[in-house]
Amino acid sequence: MSDTRELHQAGLAPGDEEGVGVRFRVLGYLVGLALAILLTATSFFVAGTNLVWQPSIPVAIIVLAIAQMGVHLVFFLHITTGVDNTNNVMALAFGLLIVFLVIGGSLWIMDHLNQNMMPIDQLMRMQR
Amino acid sequence: MLGKLTWAAIPFDQPIPLVAGAVVLVAILAVLVWVVVKGHLPYLWDEWITSVDHKRIGVMYVLLASVMLLRGFSDAIMMRAQQAVAFQSPGFLPPEHYNQIFSAHGTIMIFFVAMPFVIGLMNLVVPLQLGVRDVAFPTLNSVGFWLTATGALLVNVSLVVGEFARTGWLPYPPLSELTYSPGVGVDYYLWSLEISGVGTLVAGVNLVTTVLKIRTKGMNYLRMPMFCWTTLASNLLIIAAFPILTATLAMLILDRYLGFHFFTNEAGGNMMMFMNLIWAWGHPEVYILVLPAFGIFSEVVSTFSGKPLFGYRSMVLATMVICILSFMVWLHHFFTMGAGADVNAIFGIASMIIAVPTGVKIYNWLFTMYGGRIRFATPMLWSIGFMVTFILGGLTGVLMAVPPADFLLHNSLFLIAHFHNVIIGGVLFGAFAGYTYWFPKAFGFKLHEGLGKAAFWFWLVGFYVAFMPLYAVGFLGMTRRMQHYDVPEWRPWLMLASVGAVVILIGIIFQIAQLVVSIRDREELRDHTGDPWDGRSLEWATSSPPPVFNFAVLPDVSGEDAYWAQKVRAKQPANADEPHYEAIEMPRNSPTGFVCAFFATVTGFALIWHIWWMVIAGLIGAFATFVVFAWRDHDEYEIPAEEVARIDRANISDRRDMISAAGSV
Amino acid sequence: MSVATMTHDPVHGLEVTDNPGPAPKRIVTGYGFWIFILSDMVMFSCFFAAFAVLSGQTAGGPHGAELFNLKNVAIETGCLLLSSFTCGMASIAADLRNRFWFQVAMAVTCALGLAFLRIEFREFADLVARGAGPSRSAFLSAFFTLVGCHGLHVSAGVLWLLTMMAQVFAKGFRADIQRRILCFALFWHALDIIWVAVFSVVYLLGSAA
Repeated sequence: MSDTRELHQAGLAPGDEEGVGVRFRVLGYLVGLALAILLTATSFFVAGTNLVWQPSIPVAIIVLAIAQMGVHLVFFLHITTGVDNTNNVMALAFGLLIVFLVIGGSLWIMDHLNQNMMPIDQLMRMQR
Repeated sequence: MLGKLTWAAIPFDQPIPLVAGAVVLVAILAVLVWVVVKGHLPYLWDEWITSVDHKRIGVMYVLLASVMLLRGFSDAIMMRAQQAVAFQSPGFLPPEHYNQIFSAHGTIMIFFVAMPFVIGLMNLVVPLQLGVRDVAFPTLNSVGFWLTATGALLVNVSLVVGEFARTGWLPYPPLSELTYSPGVGVDYYLWSLEISGVGTLVAGVNLVTTVLKIRTKGMNYLRMPMFCWTTLASNLLIIAAFPILTATLAMLILDRYLGFHFFTNEAGGNMMMFMNLIWAWGHPEVYILVLPAFGIFSEVVSTFSGKPLFGYRSMVLATMVICILSFMVWLHHFFTMGAGADVNAIFGIASMIIAVPTGVKIYNWLFTMYGGRIRFATPMLWSIGFMVTFILGGLTGVLMAVPPADFLLHNSLFLIAHFHNVIIGGVLFGAFAGYTYWFPKAFGFKLHEGLGKAAFWFWLVGFYVAFMPLYAVGFLGMTRRMQHYDVPEWRPWLMLASVGAVVILIGIIFQIAQLVVSIRDREELRDHTGDPWDGRSLEWATSSPPPVFNFAVLPDVSGEDAYWAQKVRAKQPANADEPHYEAIEMPRNSPTGFVCAFFATVTGFALIWHIWWMVIAGLIGAFATFVVFAWRDHDEYEIPAEEVARIDRANISDRRDMISAAGSV
Repeated sequence: MSVATMTHDPVHGLEVTDNPGPAPKRIVTGYGFWIFILSDMVMFSCFFAAFAVLSGQTAGGPHGAELFNLKNVAIETGCLLLSSFTCGMASIAADLRNRFWFQVAMAVTCALGLAFLRIEFREFADLVARGAGPSRSAFLSAFFTLVGCHGLHVSAGVLWLLTMMAQVFAKGFRADIQRRILCFALFWHALDIIWVAVFSVVYLLGSAA
């Protein structure tokens, strides 16, 4: 257990917090929980309501989702921008880059492919 | 009871696999019997099979790769022979068989030769270069190796029990779907790669964590040898890319096993998404292979030029740029699939840009050699051979990065020539350079130099004779994977190519001879100093082979920039006083890896043949292995300080004797 | 050995802080597992990409809006979110070496996880019974795979959770068990992050479409 208090040269383990008291730590989780519940409720509300300009709904839901992921990262996983967290943040940044490349790249490519290529069921009908 | 498995699975009606399988089986049995009868089994079990020592695991990886190289090369010889004779004739390999051969050739060479070779070298060398005792997760390291071995085993079993995939080394749907590949071949491929993919991912996590978190005192990032940087970049790519392979193959598995519709022709499946995803893995994969080779060349070139590497920081930058860019070019593998001009243009430009950092590296190696005192030992020969060959291959790659050109050359033999050019010239030459360079470190004696040089020349000449004709025949319009053809212009080139394959075979024979002779003559070839090449990094600062704990006292390389000075300081403790020896805790050996892989093999085989009760048994076994491992109380053992001192004193005195006898440092 | 030294780097004229040596085990283990989780996120991103590409391919079958029960999704979300909180409490209890609160927090986490799985399993069974199983269309294949993969991860997490409870019960808060608890917590929180993406992209966007 004393490992966490050892030199910060090596950084913090992901998920570990700087030595803070118990009450502060519990409070951190409570705040995170409250924020997450708020963001979730807002998402569900936005999805079903007519009060919002309809075309903005997908964007709103995605923004709220990203915000909530941020809440989880900060309050539950304790990923901060502190010096001792650098490796953890770099790894996360790398992972996020790959995720965006895979999803974004695939969507872009597949969209173009689908536009340019004959639909499969049409193609199969030609085979008969 | 046994799912789809029946006696008909054994190819009694096909002489070639039957005889080949029988010969291999007899050979394996003979070796096993010899091992048991001679009483070597306890030694093998205690010292190798259950070992969690990165040096042992590295050697086993390279051994696996070498054996699989022979299998993959046999496939190559058969293909060249078939194409040499099958002009207006069916040749000697029917299409059903020929298709399995080229599929197995590619699968084995990429996944079970190239990957294990580079991972093995990284495992062996990186902890030594970082001045530490082992990788971050030693037992996990063992698990990773044995799972890779499981994959190799399953692919080879397919030769005698059932069949292999006929889809090529990447199983494009809809051919790979159940409708058009109803046999077990594609299933062998899928499960073999899913299992070994887990092993590779594990190695990736291990090596990244090691490079980032486990370095000796004073070993800042910018003091690490170049091989450690390329290890970091390559393993970051493994972590990023292999999940894509896992997911994509899983989707194909779901299509085949549970009737899903990811890539089928019916119900809305989209086969092109397979190509998109598999190449999103596939392109980073080739950089996973080549980056460690670049690192090996950095080490070898600087050692045998007697100079520090030129432009270290630009090399680091180039490596990390290649790492990131390799994830932005994957569409160039399917320009012709219809994405359209704007998508093709972007990826084409990106593919050309990625050649730039590689060019930076080539110039840095050249400038390292310039003004140095070059020794043309075998590792250096491989490096120079690489530089010429890889540049050629890279140029043809940049040519195909132009989409209009690719529309003519895609899937022609020009493409085949290109990727063999870069993989053999880059990855394989690098692996051989690393093998000859670090062999003395691993085993304590050098490889026979004359035979090594002969092997190099036959490989080099053989490569050009085998593959340059393929560029020509690609320009003449020949498509890949042809079981027979009737265009007379192609024939002379293909016959020339088969001659080249035979020359390479001679090169391989020389490599085998080199190993046998070196073992026989190991006393004359013994490395007593631990530093047979006058190397520049920390692995040469300990004995050959290193003691299990690598360094009696972890070296302190603070305050120095040059590896050379680091090594010299590390080799000779201040005032030549004895260091203060402390007890060392080392991880305990464990059968976890081997047992886990055993259950993985059982589960994989059962999944292929639809033997569901065996699947469940295998999974339970794997979980039980994990629980048993998690429950152990003693994961380390201690080497007392006196024992450490004794071993170290013996090694140092050995080295000092040789150094004073040789009269130089 | 743990003292950080500053040295002068003559080449660049800087004061550099030298690497103090290999990092402590907790950091090494935690970081390795963190990287593994990131690799898992990349795998999920493939399933997300496949889902996004295939979400329109219903092959004449039902699409999301007809199939999804947002009330159940809200309950599932609540279960996982609360379980993340209780998992956090378990982490704190483990750091304080308090067996009782650790086991209680883990047990509650387990119950919430199982509740989530029960709802999801029933949803799947219901869809299959209605002829909207994964072999009906590409969209449904992608849906079942993405959501099912997450569910499989949660199931594995529950198995792991029970194993950790057993380990602490049998051996107390040994250093290696503490490291495993750290890894488990990372895993459990990461699963909740993935669920945020799932309920947003699959269920909410899918229902609005």
